[in-house]
Amino acid sequence: MSDQIRLKKGLDLPIAGAALCEVTLQVSPDLVAVKPTDFRGMVPRLLVKEGDSVKAGTPLFSDKKCPEMVFCSPVSGTVDAVVRGDKRKLLAVRVKADGKKEAVRFDVPKISSLDKKGMTEMLLKSGLWPCLKQRPFGTVADPQAEPKAIFISAMNTAPLGADWDFTLKNDLAAIQAGIDALGRLTKGGVHLSLAAKNYAGSEFHKLSGVIFHQFEGPHPAGNVGVQINHISPINKGEVVWTVSLPLVAVIGRFFLKGVYDACRTIAVAGPAAINPSYAEVPAGVCMADLAAYFPKEDVRIVSGDVLSGEAVGADGFLGFYDDQVSVLKEGNYYEMFGWINPLRSKKFSVSRAYPAFLRRKKYDMDTNENGGERPFLMNDVYDKVLPMDIYPLYLFKACLAGDLDKMEQLGIYEVVEEDVALCEYVCPSKIEIQKIIREGIELMMKEM
Amino acid sequence: MAKNFFDKVRPTFSEGGKLSWLHSSFDAFETFFFVPNRTTRKGGTHVKDCVDLKRLLIIVVIALMPALLFGIWNLGFQHSKVFGLGWGFWQMVWYGFVKIIPLYLISYIVGLGIEFASAQMKGHEVSEGYLVSGFIIPLIVPVDVPWWMLAIAVAFAVIIGKEVFGGTGMNIWNPALLARAFLFFSYPSKMSGDSIWVGGLNKALAGGTPWKGGEVVDALSGATPLSHASLDGLSAAGTSAWNLFLGDIPGAVGETSVIAILLGALILLCTGVASWKIMCSSVLGALFVGWLGTSFGVTDIPCWEQLLMGGFAFGTVFMATDPVTSAQTETGKWIYGFLIGALCITVRLFNPGYPEGMMLAILLMNTFAPLIDHYVVSANVNRRLKRAKTV
Repeated sequence: MSDQIRLKKGLDLPIAGAALCEVTLQVSPDLVAVKPTDFRGMVPRLLVKEGDSVKAGTPLFSDKKCPEMVFCSPVSGTVDAVVRGDKRKLLAVRVKADGKKEAVRFDVPKISSLDKKGMTEMLLKSGLWPCLKQRPFGTVADPQAEPKAIFISAMNTAPLGADWDFTLKNDLAAIQAGIDALGRLTKGGVHLSLAAKNYAGSEFHKLSGVIFHQFEGPHPAGNVGVQINHISPINKGEVVWTVSLPLVAVIGRFFLKGVYDACRTIAVAGPAAINPSYAEVPAGVCMADLAAYFPKEDVRIVSGDVLSGEAVGADGFLGFYDDQVSVLKEGNYYEMFGWINPLRSKKFSVSRAYPAFLRRKKYDMDTNENGGERPFLMNDVYDKVLPMDIYPLYLFKACLAGDLDKMEQLGIYEVVEEDVALCEYVCPSKIEIQKIIREGIELMMKEM
Repeated sequence: MAKNFFDKVRPTFSEGGKLSWLHSSFDAFETFFFVPNRTTRKGGTHVKDCVDLKRLLIIVVIALMPALLFGIWNLGFQHSKVFGLGWGFWQMVWYGFVKIIPLYLISYIVGLGIEFASAQMKGHEVSEGYLVSGFIIPLIVPVDVPWWMLAIAVAFAVIIGKEVFGGTGMNIWNPALLARAFLFFSYPSKMSGDSIWVGGLNKALAGGTPWKGGEVVDALSGATPLSHASLDGLSAAGTSAWNLFLGDIPGAVGETSVIAILLGALILLCTGVASWKIMCSSVLGALFVGWLGTSFGVTDIPCWEQLLMGGFAFGTVFMATDPVTSAQTETGKWIYGFLIGALCITVRLFNPGYPEGMMLAILLMNTFAPLIDHYVVSANVNRRLKRAKTV
């Protein structure tokens, strides 16, 4: 029996437009992209040029600091464009699929025959290594590091997040293979967290070779960072790795089939989405292929969830780690006397300053800021949505001040942006808290 | 309609417009009428809670309303009583209204004027923090305070107490209390004594103006019950615990009626705007020291009656709970509140020359709140360090 951890702090956002459990679209690969910007701490070195033909699994770019670490094309076709931004920063490598579905074949040995070194080489060579993220800081895992353990959350609490029991129901064997592979990388074991309320109902409790944990509570209880904080918090000098469950399946598929196959079932959801449901897509799919879900009006298309996803636009691409697209109306309207309206029945607030806490309904949330930016004033709102042993306000202020010692003391190693996203959501001063944490992390990485 | 007006004048105030230097002020007025059309920014959450500071602060103002309305009536009631005028209800309200309006005008014109100017200079949006401070100040000063003194006190509180630290959210001391403290220490003759708490009384005494029913003054020469801080003294002044609770006694406009303040407390607690921990622990602290006082024979006033007297209730509900100047950590709030209550009653018991301890208790604890927080946060830091060693 696994231990059960009950979290009280947090918030399940009552946002309308949850995806219905059916696959309504199968996207055959057309234009896809791999975006170096998805990978923190990585400096890309381009390995292809426009017009090159590639297969699924052909390296597109590698990490300058670790040339063995390659990032592969998810489809076969030709390199359509190399997109660069300011100072020639590499933003994306686009591949136009040719429909031949050719893939680089790898000789896959038995998982049990590989030691840590062999497994690391295998994952690096196949382009699967970037599936592993490293804490502190949420960078791509460092192949040289000795992780204390590997953590996987099998519980998706993100607003409108994909239901993994549904999207991964045919991938159980692949997930098992993925877990076995990850188990070769660490002596600390692979930890898997399940939702307590659905423990027995979930197929995932049949997996073997993992240390189970059960979590109960509102978002961010499903965030792997929060789970680590309760299972085995990260101390100075320690390193842990995390993998998201859909990517464990991708790793497993490689060992079962010998090819790089990063297809996934994603949730397309949100208050503005047409017929919110699931779609089977290649990795890095172009949003244009999902246009059936998007209304004509002014909407924001987010790769990831509404709290910490990236707005990519109607011709953007799905992020490497994402298995969800959120569609929101742009809130660029004025609201007369909104702040003084006693009811404001169309908007949700976690604060009891509005009567929203009396209503049980889902809200058509949009992207309006609902106020102007102010200095920090309220001090008890952040704590209520961060179920970690951390004083959030003090951590934010240490990041703002750029005080490295304080940041370290107050727990910067234990959080990434997604863990404090709810703090930003509830902030009555409308402060960009994820940006503060991001800049804090970047400063730490630069100075260390 | 209003929207059209703002749309029409916006270019004038935007960058490149004739009055672009007044942008902050324009923005303050526009956002008062309309929640702006700004959308969430890149790299942040894409949706946001609909609560903002305007909403939270207007709730504090609403919570202050019962105390203000009662205080307006009470101004007239006290005046009528002392001068033996035998006024009716509306006459009393009118008197109080006429007395309080200039104080509000001064408080807001001077205070907001400085806030606007300062926001303008920094190019920030105008913060709403002063709406509450400016609303509290007239409630805690003697109603006959000379207007120029009030103006100076407000200017001092806003400039020295707030803007030099960086404005709303950065100040160490509660600005409203700072204004009162400034008045108290700079112009003690206008701020203490028996006659200042009844409108018109001081002037009448000084000018020797004859008034109807002059004999009443003898029975009421002690203005606030705190000047008679013993059971005998209270009953001699004709003040019962019920009077203290109801608030039909002389005193600063907002602070006399515990029942009106409790209404405000109810609003603040139901909406979660103020910390129940601070209120609760402040009451506990006051009860504790009040109980010690009676146990050791320092006073014969039962500890619960201390809660009804003077500015304790008002300070606990509206000023100790100021989120900027109070302790920021949840554990810290218990300590901070308890010490405020305890210090307030301690000052009351041992300093006959200065019976009202709430103002100084809060200002002192404002000063020490960061220290309390420092130790609470250090405990968390040490826990983290210890964890690293044991693993």
